[in-house]
Amino acid sequence: MELDPRIPGGPLEEKWIRYRKTVKLISPANKRNFTVVVVGTGLAGASVAAALAELGYNVLAFCYQDSSRRAHSIAAQGGINAAKNYQNDGDSVFRLFSETVIGGDFRSREANVYRLAELSGVIIDQCVAQGVPFAREYSGYLANRSFGGSLVSRTFYCRGQTGQQLLLGAYSALCRQIGLGRVKLFPRTEMLDLVVAGGRARGIVTRDLVTGSIAAHAADAVLLATGGYANIFFLSTNAKGCNATAIWRAYRRGAGFANPCFVQVHPTCIPQSGEYQSKLTLMSESLRNDGRIWVPKRKGDTREPSEIPENERDYFLERMYASYGNLAPRDMASRAVKRVCDMGYGVGPSGRGVYLDLTEAVARLGGDLLRERYGNLFEIYERITGRDPLKAPMRIYPAPHYTMGGLWVDYGLQSTIPGLFVLGEANFSDHGANRLGASALLQGLADGYFIVPYTLGEYFAGTVLDGVSPAGRPFVDAQKEVQERVARLVAVQGRRTVDSFHRKLGALLWEHCGISRSEAGLRTAIEEIRALRREFWEDVRVPGKTTEFNQELEKAGRVADYLELAELMCRDALAREESCGCHFREEFQTSDGEPFKDDGRFCHVAVWEYMGDDREPVRHAEPLTFETVKPEDRAQYASQGYTRSRRK
Amino acid sequence: MRLTLYIWRQKSTTDKGRFVKYEVENASPEMSFLEMLDMLNRQLIERGGEPVAFEHDCREGICGCCGMVINGIANGPAGGTTVCQLYMRHFKDGAVLYIEPWRSRAFPVIKDLVVDRSALDRIMQAGGFISVRTGSAPEAHTILVSKETAELAMDAAECTGCGACVAACPNGAAMLFVAAKISHLGLLPQGQPERDRRAQAMVRQMDREGFGGCSNHRECEAVCPKRISIRFIARANRDFLRASLFYSKSASGKAGATGKTKRCFEK
Amino acid sequence: MHWIAEFYRSTPGKKFVMAVTGVVLFAYVLLHMVGNLQIHLGPEELRGYVRLRYAAPGLLWTVRFVLLVAATLHVIAAVQLTVRNRGSRPVRYAVRRYREADYASRTMIFTGVAIAAFGVYHLLHMTFGSVHPEFIRSDVYHNVTSGLHVPPVSLLYVAASAVLGLHLYHGLWSVFQTLGLSSPIYDSWRRAFATVFSLVVTLGFGSVPLAVLLRTL
Ligand SMILES: Cc1cc2nc3c(=O)[nH]c(=O)nc-3n(C[C@H](O)[C@H](O)[C@H](O)COP(=O)(O)OP(=O)(O)OC[C@H]3O[C@@H](n4cnc5c(N)ncnc54)[C@H](O)[C@@H]3O)c2cc1C
Ligand code: HEM
Ligand code: HEM
Ligand code: SF4
Ligand code: F3S
Ligand code: FES
Repeated sequence: MELDPRIPGGPLEEKWIRYRKTVKLISPANKRNFTVVVVGTGLAGASVAAALAELGYNVLAFCYQDSSRRAHSIAAQGGINAAKNYQNDGDSVFRLFSETVIGGDFRSREANVYRLAELSGVIIDQCVAQGVPFAREYSGYLANRSFGGSLVSRTFYCRGQTGQQLLLGAYSALCRQIGLGRVKLFPRTEMLDLVVAGGRARGIVTRDLVTGSIAAHAADAVLLATGGYANIFFLSTNAKGCNATAIWRAYRRGAGFANPCFVQVHPTCIPQSGEYQSKLTLMSESLRNDGRIWVPKRKGDTREPSEIPENERDYFLERMYASYGNLAPRDMASRAVKRVCDMGYGVGPSGRGVYLDLTEAVARLGGDLLRERYGNLFEIYERITGRDPLKAPMRIYPAPHYTMGGLWVDYGLQSTIPGLFVLGEANFSDHGANRLGASALLQGLADGYFIVPYTLGEYFAGTVLDGVSPAGRPFVDAQKEVQERVARLVAVQGRRTVDSFHRKLGALLWEHCGISRSEAGLRTAIEEIRALRREFWEDVRVPGKTTEFNQELEKAGRVADYLELAELMCRDALAREESCGCHFREEFQTSDGEPFKDDGRFCHVAVWEYMGDDREPVRHAEPLTFETVKPEDRAQYASQGYTRSRRK
Repeated sequence: MRLTLYIWRQKSTTDKGRFVKYEVENASPEMSFLEMLDMLNRQLIERGGEPVAFEHDCREGICGCCGMVINGIANGPAGGTTVCQLYMRHFKDGAVLYIEPWRSRAFPVIKDLVVDRSALDRIMQAGGFISVRTGSAPEAHTILVSKETAELAMDAAECTGCGACVAACPNGAAMLFVAAKISHLGLLPQGQPERDRRAQAMVRQMDREGFGGCSNHRECEAVCPKRISIRFIARANRDFLRASLFYSKSASGKAGATGKTKRCFEK
Repeated sequence: MHWIAEFYRSTPGKKFVMAVTGVVLFAYVLLHMVGNLQIHLGPEELRGYVRLRYAAPGLLWTVRFVLLVAATLHVIAAVQLTVRNRGSRPVRYAVRRYREADYASRTMIFTGVAIAAFGVYHLLHMTFGSVHPEFIRSDVYHNVTSGLHVPPVSLLYVAASAVLGLHLYHGLWSVFQTLGLSSPIYDSWRRAFATVFSLVVTLGFGSVPLAVLLRTL
């Protein structure tokens, strides 16, 4: 597998400018002769579909929801970063770039990250022009908030619904193009395979989720913007339908899969309340600014928190990380919480939870001020748990949240299959081993509005594409394979529900490939995942037919792919013999429990190549070089951030 | 908790549909309504039956996928919430619940509790946007928006397109949805140039889709998970009225061109 | 299509017509009520009012014409909208609970039809006299007192006043929404406005037949 990142030459600040200057173009009249398939209508998909249609391409857009507006980007709460320096607090493109590289623990590609930071400004301009109602100052200027991992205030937001508003902006641009007839939208349509013809991505095979009919769509390029796969854990902050199917099928067709084990776990989610629970809900991290985290000192203490006296409480984050305290970075906090719960100190009915206590802040600041600050979070918490966070401490627990891993792409966001571009969370994004808060939205829009519209043109201009027809060989074959696979799922007629397998898989991964990983654990996990996969194909029960609206069948297909991806995640975690960012290997820590990073051996992107079902995948590496920011001590950086938050 | 459920089962759009009775034992008050249905579905599948189809995705009240009418109220008795964020503690042990899909001519049933809401998307496609080309936007700070206006626009922009307003409206009107969209864009300075055109196009499409008209029953506001105010309906009416009376009747700057000809040019 | 036709074709357009005509009808009803209340003052005062009324036939016929047009448009739009609204939900809910929609808002078409029916009867009764056994043209006082002397007729008038009140209870609140006249400054007064005026109309009209019935005139 050839891994040429194709980074343009020149100094970092000029790479993208140069690229755009020299990029080959397609004449306006010629653009309408190109058909592009866009799978996914989240921030990345909707923005690219709209931008390409505006340029004149024929676009076919797909999503599994009933409306393109419901992609999971809608759920992002916090905000979007942009280096506008509206606060005059020293922000710059360079600072956003360097913070992202450092935040990602030096496992991302410098040139890509720089471009991301560079484009952040115009993205805000674009969104404002579309009518995104960002928060404003009384003067009418845009307001900013600060976010974890950053020393400046650069996060633009729309209350707690930033993702929703940005997506609605992109969706409205898409709607306009649909109305003009330049985009044809296929909602409730799931991509189940990629078609590669003549070594190039030339189309997809889909299932119409209403009628069950399986069809092939031919195109000149295929763009995947299908989001992340944290839902593999079953209990995650992702939507129920989030899946890896599109990228997994592309992987099986030859696309390299980069860093599959990089999963970000978010420390402050509402804990599971029982076995029936279907997902976990995020509580913004900002609560840690005013809350103290603790557990009872006695194991299995069932007293009400208010009855536990001060000296019987263990403020474990403050104890373990004297310098960070309750504001320890996401990965450290998550690990600590899991550890105390595993040791039996956890609170709540499941024992999987710790207190996030605001009582001190209530005394200090008063309930009204806190309500003003966190009102909507309190509302969500109260609705879900029935408890008022101002009266009794909240309970929180970490949950899988975001996947930095994804399909490998070069500077132009093209995968190892020519003609297959990957955008948004679906690619092995610009976030390295850990993502900064408020940068995923930025990446999705940068990829969609401003990068692929250029790089796709370059691909078309430099390529001679033969005509293909959905009636041709590779299409018909792929279609048949999909048909057989779908039929096989229904034919098993076993005894267990799809969800039962998904839950089991999630628990396995959480245990062994979650917050902390060990060689023994990962090896066990791989064995168990294989066993589970066999069991799935023998004992799953998918009721109903393939030719009708069948939600169990949809789930089954996704879980079947997750069962394969899970193994690759474990393999990747096993092969990465170091601790970096979100990836914590128990064997690789310093004596005081800090992660041990091995830049000598692992300063690279791990890229996996599929070799067939009966053969082991092959691990390739794209070396990473850092010319501008040097791998320095992340902890030192984080403590700077801590001082800042302390004074606030 | 024990519950008796009468759930609307309908195999497909053309099927007639009927209520089927289910008994649910050991539901927990901490469950969400959808988790209770998950549990029912699991039992149905394990017993060889067909699970109840219902739509859902984010399960945190933002995507707008989920929705059903529970005992005659869209999204159930709690108010101001979606069914994925409706918890069983709002129901009494032993409750008898009738569960029905959104019912509207514009929302044909696809299966059981799943309906086709693409009519709302078509309304958006008719005019729910600001026509700005990617890359042609001016620097963000050249457009100032007062805080009050931005907040008000945001109040309207929060609409999730869930369709609960249509389901609850005695007339099956989509007016709250359309009004939220018209108001969101119409309030902002960026939305002014297309304001009249947008109001007309969206209302026209709304009518084409077969929704009812608004008689100001206020049911929509009472069930809207985002608590969108019917004040926006008044606003949208005003915009539509203004557009109908003045839009494109404005005289052309050229001598001899009357308002009427201008109108023809527009077509 | 001409813009007026196009406007009228839309649901908000029809509703706008209803609102404007509703206001016209309401204005007339209010004037009429004030006129009627003079009956309480006695035959002489009322005659003065009636003379005034017929003093300028041009004005009278203009008013009548406007009224007729308004009523016609109001009824046509009402029927069209109601048919459309009912049709928008072919399969009804098995269980239906309302949280905000009140009795008045849900029965607009029924109260409206009732008012129309009463109106026809009322014209035949008080204006043309065809159903009035003791009708004397242009002796309004006589027509009213003798006409309402019969208890069933009198009760019918009381009932009509109540139904009109119910119609206006929703209508006078709703009309602001329809015309786009909503503002945080006065929105909180709209409910009170509608309540007060619907009561005034009910009591104002109702007091006449009641008074006749109770022989206090
Ligand atoms: C709760 C939560 C809060 C977050 N908060 C923030 C935040 O504050 N700031 C921030 O920057 N980031 C945040 N993130 C991360 C961010 O929201 C996502 O990474 C980002 O929105 C992903 O966008 P996307 O366009 O790549 O994919 P998505 O928005 O997930 O879109 C995926 C699209 O692909 C389609 N699709 C998927 N599979 C298929 C298939 N097989 N066939 C057809 N279509 C398919 C779906 O229908 C959908 O349209 C948050 C994430 C979560 C879960
Ligand atoms: C004196 C007579 C009448 C008066 C003063 C009157 C007044 C009003 C007013 C003010 C409204 C509110 C309009 C709005 O919401 O914008 C209204 C609505 C309505 N009226 Fe009347 N009306 C009268 C007679 C009638 C008649 C005769 C009918 C029917 C046959 C009728 C049927 C309706 C209906 C159905 C509505 C509600 C329309 C809707 O909201 O969709 N009305 N009326
Ligand atoms: C309840 C008490 C009422 C009394 C005593 C009453 C009395 C009368 C009388 C005496 C006339 C004839 C006037 C004339 O010919 O000069 C009249 C006309 C009329 N009334 Fe009433 N009325 C009452 C209620 C109503 C109501 C509730 C309405 C409306 C909904 C109404 C609508 C009319 C109309 C439209 C006319 C015809 C006006 C005209 O000829 O120009 N009345 N009324
Ligand atoms: S207005 Fe409210 S109820 Fe209607 S679609 Fe929007 S969010 Fe849903
Ligand atoms: S309930 Fe219906 S009638 Fe109007 S105010 Fe709401 S749309
Ligand atoms: S599932 Fe997304 S709003 Fe309920």
